[in-house]
Amino acid sequence: MTEMIATRQAYGDALVELGEKNKDIVVLDADLSKSTTTAKFGKKFPERFFNMGVAEANMMNTAAGLATCGKIAFVSSFSIFATGRAWEQIRNTICYSGLNVKIVATHSGVSVGPDGASHQCIEDISLMKTIPTMTVVEPCDAVETRKSILAAVAHKGPIYIRLGRAAVPVITKKEEPYTIGKANILRNGKDVAIVACGALVANSLTAADVLSKEGIEATVVNMHTIKPIDQEILVKVARQVNAVVTAEQHVLDGGLGSAVASVLARNYPVPMEMIGIDNRFGQSGEPDILFKEYHLLPEDIVVAAKRAIERKKK
Amino acid sequence: MIKSQCLDIKSLEERAKVIRRHVIRMLAKAGSGHPGSSLSTVDLLVALFYNKLKHNPQQPAWPNRDRFVMSKGHGCPALYAVLAEMGYFGIDKLDTLRQFGSILQGHPCMKTTPGIEISGGSLGQGLSVGLGIALAAKLDKKDYRTYVMLGDGEIEEGQVWEAAMAASHYKADNLCAIIDQNGLQIDGFIHEIMSSYPIPDKWSGFGWHVIEINGHDYKAISSAYDEAEKIKGRPTVIVAKTIKGKGVSFMENQVDWHGKAPTKEEAERALAELE
Repeated sequence: MTEMIATRQAYGDALVELGEKNKDIVVLDADLSKSTTTAKFGKKFPERFFNMGVAEANMMNTAAGLATCGKIAFVSSFSIFATGRAWEQIRNTICYSGLNVKIVATHSGVSVGPDGASHQCIEDISLMKTIPTMTVVEPCDAVETRKSILAAVAHKGPIYIRLGRAAVPVITKKEEPYTIGKANILRNGKDVAIVACGALVANSLTAADVLSKEGIEATVVNMHTIKPIDQEILVKVARQVNAVVTAEQHVLDGGLGSAVASVLARNYPVPMEMIGIDNRFGQSGEPDILFKEYHLLPEDIVVAAKRAIERKKK
Repeated sequence: MIKSQCLDIKSLEERAKVIRRHVIRMLAKAGSGHPGSSLSTVDLLVALFYNKLKHNPQQPAWPNRDRFVMSKGHGCPALYAVLAEMGYFGIDKLDTLRQFGSILQGHPCMKTTPGIEISGGSLGQGLSVGLGIALAAKLDKKDYRTYVMLGDGEIEEGQVWEAAMAASHYKADNLCAIIDQNGLQIDGFIHEIMSSYPIPDKWSGFGWHVIEINGHDYKAISSAYDEAEKIKGRPTVIVAKTIKGKGVSFMENQVDWHGKAPTKEEAERALAELE
């Protein structure tokens, strides 16, 4: 049985681990520290933890001020509040100034579940990647989350890391390499490539298994960095298989699919299908029911892959 | 470190005239910018930079410097003129304000201008940044202080009050806000567009130590800065009543001079008044 851990849990643990080693790390949260799990850091290093209350705009710019003094500021909240309410603070003060602020937001996607649409952020990749100089990352599991947090500390400048609420299967290994901006190929096939991020990576691997049983071999790319996107891998894979499916827990407008399409359209256009949320809000429900409703399941990816393959024959 | 120079009032007033002349010339050359809100801040800036701040223009990133954040970023021509006069960059650079490739952007940019602590210009964000700097100072056990200049129109932004609440909560007594209360915002008088009054009551309600002064009276300004330094356990706000367009008779208290550059002829008239 695959181990199930929420990426946000791995975040809190990584912060504690880093806090021991690096005294410049400070953490800010907006009254959600138990949910985002930054409370673990707060308990261990209370003097370097700032609960800023329910006031995200101020939190974002307080982090900016700390960063001007050499601090590595981690800022956390739910993705909707971090990237939505404080977008302009991130744009005008953090990114324009090029500050070392790490925005790590949890509760992205419809897998937030019962809280419903208001708390299910499905626009954050788009909101963050449109800001010049911003880096955007979505780890696929707990192991990769730890790597991304460590990499964020080494990374100079602002970065957005997108995490989820629900437990997701651990599908990567500690010893596998991780570099921001370099995609990982999890499986090789000749017929189609599935390019995914976050929780959809696991579903893509399951989809590839299903396809394989039907004689269709799929490449699965874990595109953990959505910006800057790994153009080299994308073009290479597109040349090999000539059909691409993208999969993300995000609106289709401006997300991973858009980013991949933009690269391929300019370099090597191939038939593309996109798995994602098509111009709808989320709603209350358990994550598995919502994944079915919004067509984010392995079976949806299988259908999309077959469609892409069919299109390349025309 | 260069300690503040401790100029007497007459010298400060002379400096202020030089700065105001720079502002007029810069804006006339640029053909755009904000004269009214630059001129209202000049005396507060001159008293702060010449007589209060610990800083080193030859070493703008000196870690122990006092910090100044121009939250009302559109008033930056006055700050640029002060920074140039203090030697952060050449006075000749003032002629390049708002031009393509200039180190002096239309609103503050920390990447291009020595002495600018944070990029900005979008109102309401600077006090939060100042709070972050103040918290870093406490964390590092350093005694530098942070000053943030806000406008009385700017404090209509809700984020200012988030920051006011948080600075008080964290007992940021190394943080000093300065409100340039010139009574006007872009669309008209503050009391007609969106009253932020009474300003002192609001800040004391948020737990701040409040000092009210005439923002063009050097004796009052200097003693306010001194008093702010002595207050422990809470941040201080200096509510400075100022005159928008101060020093140029035809610009004073005129809403039209918020965001309009003087013509060549208007600039000459203004400069004559500032002789």
